[in-house]
Amino acid sequence: MSVLRTLLASLLFLAAGAATLAGATDGFRAFTSETARRIDVREHPRALPPVPLQTADGRTTSFASLRGRWLLVEFIYTRCMTYCSVQGSEFAKLQDRLARPIADGRALLLSVSFDPAHDTPAQLAAYQHRSGDRGKGWLAVRPTNAPDLATLKRVFGVIAVPDGLGGYVHNAAIAVVDPRGRLVAITDWDAPGEAEQYVLHGPAQ
Amino acid sequence: MSPRRNPWIGVVLWLALALPPVRHALEATMTLQMLVQIPLLAFAGWCMAAFMPRRWIDAAAAWNRSGISGFVLASLAAIVWMLPRMLDAALDAPSVEITKFVSVPLLIGAPLKISWPRAGFVVRGVFLVEVIAMAIRLGWLYLVSPVRLCSNYLLSDQQQLGRIMLGIGAAICLLLAWKLVWGRIDVDAARDR
Repeated sequence: MSVLRTLLASLLFLAAGAATLAGATDGFRAFTSETARRIDVREHPRALPPVPLQTADGRTTSFASLRGRWLLVEFIYTRCMTYCSVQGSEFAKLQDRLARPIADGRALLLSVSFDPAHDTPAQLAAYQHRSGDRGKGWLAVRPTNAPDLATLKRVFGVIAVPDGLGGYVHNAAIAVVDPRGRLVAITDWDAPGEAEQYVLHGPAQ
Repeated sequence: MSPRRNPWIGVVLWLALALPPVRHALEATMTLQMLVQIPLLAFAGWCMAAFMPRRWIDAAAAWNRSGISGFVLASLAAIVWMLPRMLDAALDAPSVEITKFVSVPLLIGAPLKISWPRAGFVVRGVFLVEVIAMAIRLGWLYLVSPVRLCSNYLLSDQQQLGRIMLGIGAAICLLLAWKLVWGRIDVDAARDR
């Protein structure tokens, strides 16, 4: 009898365990939080917070006032010597590749600093200049206070970890915001072609 | 009184691990969370299992021949807490952190404590071989993965964890081999029924 009962108990545990694992991995699709973030954004587009954003020329804008065009959003900090410097030059290249939609007012590139204490408008402008800014269709901005920064990081799922050398390691990516102002996708920062497709052809069906 | 006999040691350990400074310190690196915090939580559950009334353990025994059900339960719970996503989520979501502090002692530590004495050499051996395989598989993955699997932890930390897990896998493997060659092997556990 105890053999059968043990078998039954083990099978029950297995079934419960499989169900738990399926739940914890979005149906065996997401084993890392980065994949989970991307699946969640794709399946449940997120409304963006109406926080003010200060631009490199000192003006103020927001996701609400940028509505009506595709936004490709990257989170950066300008002191970054590794990823972000490459992220910047990738954005400069995207300015060329998306020149048409940018000229038509259908697309805009947006770099958001998650280190606003250091990244003053002057630093943001210098970052764009260093990266080879083509002068049109790329805004670098910073949130104006800590709660706004926290809200932005939460909604976009941005995690920046101190790297022990005074900088940060962060889950760099290109976030895609549709003309209705919703975050609809998160794509690889080093494969801008994917984000570009959204602007040119809309979301893949 | 030995720690294995005194369930209050488990309670004190659990409370100590739950203190915010201790929690933050043990979650500062992937290595500490996975190889120190989670195993200590399981150990707290192992100690606290002694709080269970004798009657319950006897009643459960009919469903836990050779400790197999308990090992299945503990293994499945351990798999869940080995997902990189869960290590991340424990830092980002308080509900996941609470789930970890409850489920690791209850579903990993306590079942192992109850099941280990019931298991004979074969069942223990199968379990340990799976522990070795898991340590080496995960260790290798962490060591060679060029991407960070946890958004909250650094790549160098992940690689260090990989190296230590390969070491742990190798150490258990050597212990098991030593036991096979020189040790005394009880094919049936003393209290197996």
